[in-house]
Amino acid sequence: MKRVHWKALLLRPQFFALAAVLLINWLLFPGFFDITLQDGRLFGSVIDVLNRGAPVAILAIGMTAVIATKGVDLSVGAVMAIAGAVAAVLVTGGASAVVAVAAALAVGVLCGLWNGVLVTYLEIQPIIATLVLMVAGRGLAQLVTEGSIVTFSDPVLIFIGTGAVLGMPMPIVIASVLAIGATLIVRKTALGLLIEAVGVNRSAARFAGISSGLLLMVVYTFAGFCAATSGLIVAGDIRGADANNAGLWLELDAILAVVIGGTSLLGGRFSIPMSVVGALIIQAMNTGILISGFSPEFNLVVKSGVIILILVLQAPMVAQSLRKRFTAERKA
Amino acid sequence: MVVGAEPVVQARGIVKIFGQHRALDGVDFSVRPGEVHALLGENGAGKSTLIKILTGAYQPDGGEVILDGAAVRFSDPLDAQRHGIGTVYQEVNLLPNRSVAENLFLGHQPTRFGIVQRRVIEARARELLAGYGLEIDVRAELGSYSVAVQQIVAIARAVELSGKVLVLDEPTASLDRNEVAKMFEVVARLKARGLGIIFITHFLDQVFEIADRVTILRNGKLIGTKALSEVTATDVVRMMLGKDLAFDHGGVGVAEAVQGPVRVEFKSLGRQGKVAPFSLALHEGEVVGVAGLLGSGRTEMARLMFGVDSADGGEISVGGKVVSIRNPAQAVAAGFGFCPEDRKLDGIFGELSVRENIIIALQAKLGWFRALNRDEQNEIAGSYAEALDIRAADYEMPVKLLSGGNQQKAILARWLAIDPNFLILDEPTRGIDVGAHAEIVRTINRLREEGLALLVISSELDEVVAYSNRIVVMRDRAMVAELSGADIAPSVIVAAIAENQGGRA
Amino acid sequence: MNRALRPLVATTAIFALAYLAAVVQFPAMFSTRVMGNFLTDNAFLGIAAVGMTFVIISGGIDLSVGAVIGFTTVLNAVLIMWLGLHPLLAFAISLGVAAAFGAVMGAAIHYLKVPSFIVTLAGMFLARGGASVLSPDSIGIKHELYTTISKSYILLPGGGRLTVIGMIMLLVFAFGIVLAHRTRFGSYVYALGGSEVSAGLMGVPVARTTILIYTLSATLAGLAGIVFSLYTSAGYSLSALGVELDAIAAVVIGGTLLTGGYGFIAGTFIGVMLQGLVQTYIVFDGTLSSWWTKIVIGGLLFLFILLQRLVFSAAAPRRKVFWKT
Repeated sequence: MKRVHWKALLLRPQFFALAAVLLINWLLFPGFFDITLQDGRLFGSVIDVLNRGAPVAILAIGMTAVIATKGVDLSVGAVMAIAGAVAAVLVTGGASAVVAVAAALAVGVLCGLWNGVLVTYLEIQPIIATLVLMVAGRGLAQLVTEGSIVTFSDPVLIFIGTGAVLGMPMPIVIASVLAIGATLIVRKTALGLLIEAVGVNRSAARFAGISSGLLLMVVYTFAGFCAATSGLIVAGDIRGADANNAGLWLELDAILAVVIGGTSLLGGRFSIPMSVVGALIIQAMNTGILISGFSPEFNLVVKSGVIILILVLQAPMVAQSLRKRFTAERKA
Repeated sequence: MVVGAEPVVQARGIVKIFGQHRALDGVDFSVRPGEVHALLGENGAGKSTLIKILTGAYQPDGGEVILDGAAVRFSDPLDAQRHGIGTVYQEVNLLPNRSVAENLFLGHQPTRFGIVQRRVIEARARELLAGYGLEIDVRAELGSYSVAVQQIVAIARAVELSGKVLVLDEPTASLDRNEVAKMFEVVARLKARGLGIIFITHFLDQVFEIADRVTILRNGKLIGTKALSEVTATDVVRMMLGKDLAFDHGGVGVAEAVQGPVRVEFKSLGRQGKVAPFSLALHEGEVVGVAGLLGSGRTEMARLMFGVDSADGGEISVGGKVVSIRNPAQAVAAGFGFCPEDRKLDGIFGELSVRENIIIALQAKLGWFRALNRDEQNEIAGSYAEALDIRAADYEMPVKLLSGGNQQKAILARWLAIDPNFLILDEPTRGIDVGAHAEIVRTINRLREEGLALLVISSELDEVVAYSNRIVVMRDRAMVAELSGADIAPSVIVAAIAENQGGRA
Repeated sequence: MNRALRPLVATTAIFALAYLAAVVQFPAMFSTRVMGNFLTDNAFLGIAAVGMTFVIISGGIDLSVGAVIGFTTVLNAVLIMWLGLHPLLAFAISLGVAAAFGAVMGAAIHYLKVPSFIVTLAGMFLARGGASVLSPDSIGIKHELYTTISKSYILLPGGGRLTVIGMIMLLVFAFGIVLAHRTRFGSYVYALGGSEVSAGLMGVPVARTTILIYTLSATLAGLAGIVFSLYTSAGYSLSALGVELDAIAAVVIGGTLLTGGYGFIAGTFIGVMLQGLVQTYIVFDGTLSSWWTKIVIGGLLFLFILLQRLVFSAAAPRRKVFWKT
């Protein structure tokens, strides 16, 4: 009987990358690992990395499952904006926070269902199907907010973005709960295996009696739900809904996080925790660039460098020659 | 045919090895100018590998290709084309989204100041096609024409650019009778022009109609090259299916009719254009073999039974109760299993582990929420892997790293794990090593003894004969014979398949 | 009718009807003045969309065009204002840089065998980031050439103005139409979109064509950046945000199949004009808000994706063939 090898897990390159980025941050800024407790909430750069990384981490959780089925969801950034807008407009209109949160999540689920129907039943390629909502979604969010930034003072919504539980900021708590919950659900039920099977070989999945239609619907719907959750956090953080900028380009960060986490864009094997690690690597780089005084846009250059590195490492030619060298060394 | 002319292209002692599998083992082949040479063999016999070597898509691991008397090595199909060997594939490798004229001249369009001279191309295209008896609007999208027209456009392009040898890879597979006749007119014209034509097909009657010589491959080996005037259809079928010509004695199989209760019954199941309605009942503890050539409707029959394609009409009952099977999930729920012919495409999950490949159908049947835990999975995978002798260093390794035979056993294990009522095996022993082959045949016999109902499609005749209680013969997309008892003999099967195939049967 | 033409006909009809409806409501919209503004205001989008059309016909996608436009505006501004180069020299350098950038992306797509959307995503990050590294702030461009160009136009009957940048866009479309439909390169682009395997077997130089396609797209995005800097007289790293999405929408609405193989440069022109019409209508209306543009464009995008599925998933009609007997 095999158990998870914790040692092997921790030896994955993603953890080295994360450690390296954190180390560089510490060298640049010796107080990086300092953590203080103020007003019942933890503060410090490391906490900041976790806190700021939470929205992308949450998107990445949903995106992981989508990519595992050989799909992609380009609309999650726009869905974040819609969900934030719905919640903000509802609470400013006098609805209770519970109603606002529920409505925002429901709208996210609806967006996910829309994508799912396009992909599953109309059989439109995922990248094209989700492009529709990516283009129109921000317009819909602006329609909800009527073009202005809707600010609110509802304590519950603000708590979602800035509050803390036992000293831990809410975004971190929510992301952790979602990550652990989603991981348990996919691994304790058969969902994870069936998703991987559909992603690896959809035809063989059909022959093996797997109904992939419902599975795809669930996966896209879950991605919509995650996007809405992320949208609530971002809205709560700035105490308002900014339909133009909330979640802007975060779909690309989420895809990047998933890819860094080792899930292939060609579908198949996936790991939700590793995608979260990928999101943290991205955020740790962001934070490092900020504290070292570069402009935040410099981030984009670094990110493109990371993508290029991954692409080169994963390229069939390079992978083959690496494998050859590796086996040669083992034989030697 | 120019008798005794020097071959225009010749392959000598060709060997091609993929991994540990010898796809071609010392094959000789030649085409003379003005000759139509048919190449026959079942899937996996090595036809396409030989063609790919002749046309530069593969490099041989042994032997040589000789063109006009000199040894050549083509770097790719374009290189072969420049040397005079053109190929037309079954799935026309042209561009359906572009005009006929452009498909004929792509890459060679005449230009003036960088601007393509469209009128010149169109005029030349019309002229060229007229030479093939085809008058069509050459400005129209190629995809808007029938496959037959597309094939002829492809032939015209290939001949225009090569001019010595034309390889036709199953050009008639999706054509109707009239279209085949037109295609043969074209082939006859080219033959008269002195081209050497290699014709690959699985329609025996067409071979007898058009070809001068035939070469038969089986399991990567050359079985023989014959002038068609010297052989009968029965000879050819025998060469394609039998291990040797001497095994022709009846009654080598189990040959007992099974009287047990009916396990599954298919009544007038059929699908337009795929397979004519058929009825078949399988008893407990019975193996029904399916014999027939490629394209006879044997795989289509299995796909209908398993709900991969939906039937136009008919009824399926299991243990006397009518069930609805519109998709494979319903088939699995009814206790059916299906090892498909194309393992890589429809069978294995390459990246997933051996364990996961074995338990996946059972898990799909159990549903999302009744997940097998790791201990159960290990136990199921381990016991079936052991029973079938799956040779893997570790059941956690990706199944794609296993040999073909072990992959096949893993798929078989997958279906045994659901404890099936009825199992369909489509070419279960093709392209696998001798050891795995024997193991699978042993398993078929064991499962029969345990009371399972099995349908086994195989082009290995002596093998089918050995384990079948009954044999159904497929021909021209219909079930044409049902053999039992003493009739289960290769000679009877060959006769049933070869009937009405060409004038000299 | 050729089925590939159907989406194009639909687009043209929708544009004509929409314009007619707009004119009935606001007669002032039927004037050369408005039409001239259509061209001027959408020039940069139109130019970039021509490049995008080639990319999409070949079966790829280019997410980097907006970022390359932004980068080019900044590079231009830096070369002209900080280094004191003549604008024409600056234009040449910018186009060269953009072309090289596209060539590298094309090579990466072909040789690394990665989906184009990932490679051009990296390109988008790199170009946006590079622009901000050059200058995070907007740089105003003051040069007599800029003033001359922005003052030059051809007066159309009815008081409309055909500006230089409007003319550049029209020229680019004309160039694109010839390139796509009348050259070998154009036929190679369609061939790649039809089937890369078949194209390779038929002798299309797949690597060279792929690299050239992305070079063309990036060069045109660079030209769009120059036009944008002429239009705004500034260079700013965040300019033309999201233009890649508008360009993709224009291409698809113009009847180009998102999965490649079919499409028209002229259709893209109508797609761009349709977007301009929606914006102009919203301005004329006064009560509608700008976000309706995105919603309408998204809706049209959906409509056309659906239309394409219906047209192209149905089995191709078989033509009657006359066999000589």
